[in-house]
Amino acid sequence: MMASDSPLEIGSAFPRQDAVAKVLGREKFAADYYDQNPLWAGVKRAGIPHGRLKAIHTEAALTVPGVVCVLTHRDIRGSNRQGVVRKDQPVLVDSKVRHCGDPVALVVAETKEALERALRRIALDIKVLPAVSDILEALDAKSPRIHEDHENGNLLLHGTLEKGRVEQAFQECAHRVEAWFHLPWQEHAYLETEAGWAVLQKDGEVTLVASTQTPFRDRAEVADALGLDLHKVRIVAPFCGGAFGGKDGITVQSLLALAAIHCPGRAVKMWWDREESFIAGAKRHRAMIYYRAGATASGVLHALEAKLYYDTGAYDHLGGVVMALGLEHAGGPYRIPHSRIQAFSVYTNNPVSGAFRGFGVPQVNGALEQIMDMLAEAAGQAPVAFRRRHAVRRGDINAIGVTVQGSTGIQACLDTLVESASWKAMKAFKAREIPFKRRGVGIACVMHGMGYGPVVPDVAHAKIELQTSGQFCVFCGVVDMGQGNAATCLQIAGHILNQDMPRMALVLPDTQKTLPCGSSSASRTTYTYGNALIAAACALKKRILQYAGELWMVPDEKEVLLVPGAVRHLPSGREMALADLAKGLNPSERVATARFRAPVSREMPVKDPALRLHGIPHVIFSYGVHAAGVEVDTLTGQVQVKKYMAVSDCGRILNPQLIRQQIEGAIAQGIGYALQEAVIVERGVMKTKDFSTYILPCALDVPEMETAYVELEEDSGPFGMKGAGEVGMDGPLPAIGNAVADAIGARIFHYPLTPERVLAAMDPNEKTGQKG
Amino acid sequence: MNISFHLNGRPVTVRVPSGKRVVDVLRQDLNLTGTKEACGSGECGACTILVEGRARLSCLMLAVQLKERHVVTIEGLASGGLLHPVQEAFVEYGAVQCGFCTPGMILAAVDLLKRNPLPSGEEIREAVSGNLCRCTGYARIVDAILAASRRMARGKKR
Repeated sequence: MMASDSPLEIGSAFPRQDAVAKVLGREKFAADYYDQNPLWAGVKRAGIPHGRLKAIHTEAALTVPGVVCVLTHRDIRGSNRQGVVRKDQPVLVDSKVRHCGDPVALVVAETKEALERALRRIALDIKVLPAVSDILEALDAKSPRIHEDHENGNLLLHGTLEKGRVEQAFQECAHRVEAWFHLPWQEHAYLETEAGWAVLQKDGEVTLVASTQTPFRDRAEVADALGLDLHKVRIVAPFCGGAFGGKDGITVQSLLALAAIHCPGRAVKMWWDREESFIAGAKRHRAMIYYRAGATASGVLHALEAKLYYDTGAYDHLGGVVMALGLEHAGGPYRIPHSRIQAFSVYTNNPVSGAFRGFGVPQVNGALEQIMDMLAEAAGQAPVAFRRRHAVRRGDINAIGVTVQGSTGIQACLDTLVESASWKAMKAFKAREIPFKRRGVGIACVMHGMGYGPVVPDVAHAKIELQTSGQFCVFCGVVDMGQGNAATCLQIAGHILNQDMPRMALVLPDTQKTLPCGSSSASRTTYTYGNALIAAACALKKRILQYAGELWMVPDEKEVLLVPGAVRHLPSGREMALADLAKGLNPSERVATARFRAPVSREMPVKDPALRLHGIPHVIFSYGVHAAGVEVDTLTGQVQVKKYMAVSDCGRILNPQLIRQQIEGAIAQGIGYALQEAVIVERGVMKTKDFSTYILPCALDVPEMETAYVELEEDSGPFGMKGAGEVGMDGPLPAIGNAVADAIGARIFHYPLTPERVLAAMDPNEKTGQKG
Repeated sequence: MNISFHLNGRPVTVRVPSGKRVVDVLRQDLNLTGTKEACGSGECGACTILVEGRARLSCLMLAVQLKERHVVTIEGLASGGLLHPVQEAFVEYGAVQCGFCTPGMILAAVDLLKRNPLPSGEEIREAVSGNLCRCTGYARIVDAILAASRRMARGKKR
């Protein structure tokens, strides 16, 4: 329906190819599999935050008509442990309950109704232990230990980055500011909750369709946890109905595979409802962040100290890596001669936190960019001027002592902002006075590292095939969770092979059909896979042109050109359809594969091998500047974002429509994070379990957004691009925080900025910015 | 019980418990998985369908309420191999990302444009404020609906 005859081109704004199936309701997500009249699987969760499992009473559940089986940890032959770094999370609890959402028993039934009845009849005998829900309390040596086998007690991971002489440097400062910031948990709230479908095939293979960002890692985790042969587990990953990091790590996969192997020949479906997703799904880490910053008498940024505390909840998940990325980004894109940054990732009996777009950086940047405003004000400088004065340029040493190597557009982003019509409009917006409203404008710089860091190989394998139909099929092993990288793959291959969209085909991630590509995460998806795909497509192109040249006995293959659906000999105009050409090639000749490994930094800002393993330092960063204009209602305390502009440096743009989607979508999530989204957990118990208590931004909460780009070429990137998926998430909270402070003349340190907090802050008797 | 109604222009009869939710009837019994479920409690709009031309939440409706009604799901919106103008605009204007809110959002827009053929941006935002989207930030969705409304109005004049 969207056929186009012009070849795909890098840089052109064409509609993504997946949109058509999606608007027709035809795209099949993991939640949409009802094949083979599936059984329904579900889990009984612990319901208490900390305890020791004594007994599981399943007898009553087994008597419910329609129940097929009830499984517990005793039915698991493998390690019964999953996790990305530390394998500390049981598939089904075998000894200890560490948070309310821990799964204890798995029920499989003929219908959803029977499943629900059976789950209600399972009784758990758990010896309740005191729950640890406060971050600082968890670090107290007297607190109960959540993982007895972890040598550092409830401290999952900590790290320190130090540069220069911080204490002395602070003494040299004429201006000093400090504050504690409190950032809330954030729920991913993807519309497609955790879902999947599995079946044990006759040949012993478990086929698993799951809404996941990480099919290849899932395969290894499922096989290990359940004691299965890796090659007897096949994971198929359709488009996700949103993921944002929340599907970076096992959700339903091991449970579904366990159910399937106990119900041979029957398909099994699992689909968490929204409440279960709130209780058991990973969150953005709640964080407590202390900053102290100082400038010299002449206003030069001189010293920075930060302490970052992340609440990772009951399990590591990706909590250590999230902390490390926060640690690395805590100094922002600034030249700061003296810095000391400490970070702590802490186990509690709270819900599990893990990856969420931004990955530890929205928390630190939320605090840092407000501290920068506070310091600029103390030093008598405007927020923009202060940032322009200190923002890094390529070749500078950044705040943690690492050389800025990749393309670096933060200065250009600042220039673009202040020269824009939107910036002038924002100033005019602020100047206009309205009764019972106060207006303010705030900015924030952002930077975001790409990829896995120096140790964990950031690798993708691309595969492309000329099919006998004459179509080129891209085997994309990295998930499209909604960001549109699948469409970008077709664009990249189509551009190289000079083909239009109807002549391109796509195979989505499938551990049996596509090659390992790593996760759809870390702003590395298009960068890493795209580079591999360029190499594969170029190799296939060369082979096709050589073959045609030899067939036509022309002296030089350069005389042959690929055109949509055919090859053409330029001097003679002779042409052959690709479908015909393909028939002359062996199947293996029609396929090209290539591998790409992302470059890493060779610098060692920290010797601690654990921190290097967890990703410090990165070598390529995207940058940006966000500006928000807000209006505060002085009667209700309601904050509305009225104006928004984001200038981004994500390298060259492959498809302007897709990067705009990424940046705008991140801004909307950031507005929610800043103003309205608050996961409420009381003593480990989730209180916000639906969208009437956890309020997502709706169409009335998000303003028109202006997006602009600084298109610097990133030499290592595919066609010069850098990651764009996360950098937009790091800016809204501090830009809005600074705008609200500008509007009401007081700063609020607890997020989100609810009307109650805003009204309280306007009361001059209220004290804020303290620990606790 | 047997329940007969018109679905996407055709008469259908399903044999289901009268208390079964419409979203389950559509997805499980009729294999129309274009209608999504994302909250199960009427807070997100993903399960929106058209009943007698008006947007309704299929997670809050019971099968018996379909009796003798005319129902349109996302699968029934395109006709004769052509996308509905709202679908077409969603593709063209980049209003689709993960796509899970898309069917409900499109049907909410179709309902709006029937009642108000040339809405303002603000009226569009109001009309789809019950349809949550976690990916887009809504701006492209509003643009798409605006463009569709103009295109449909021009089509009618001709």
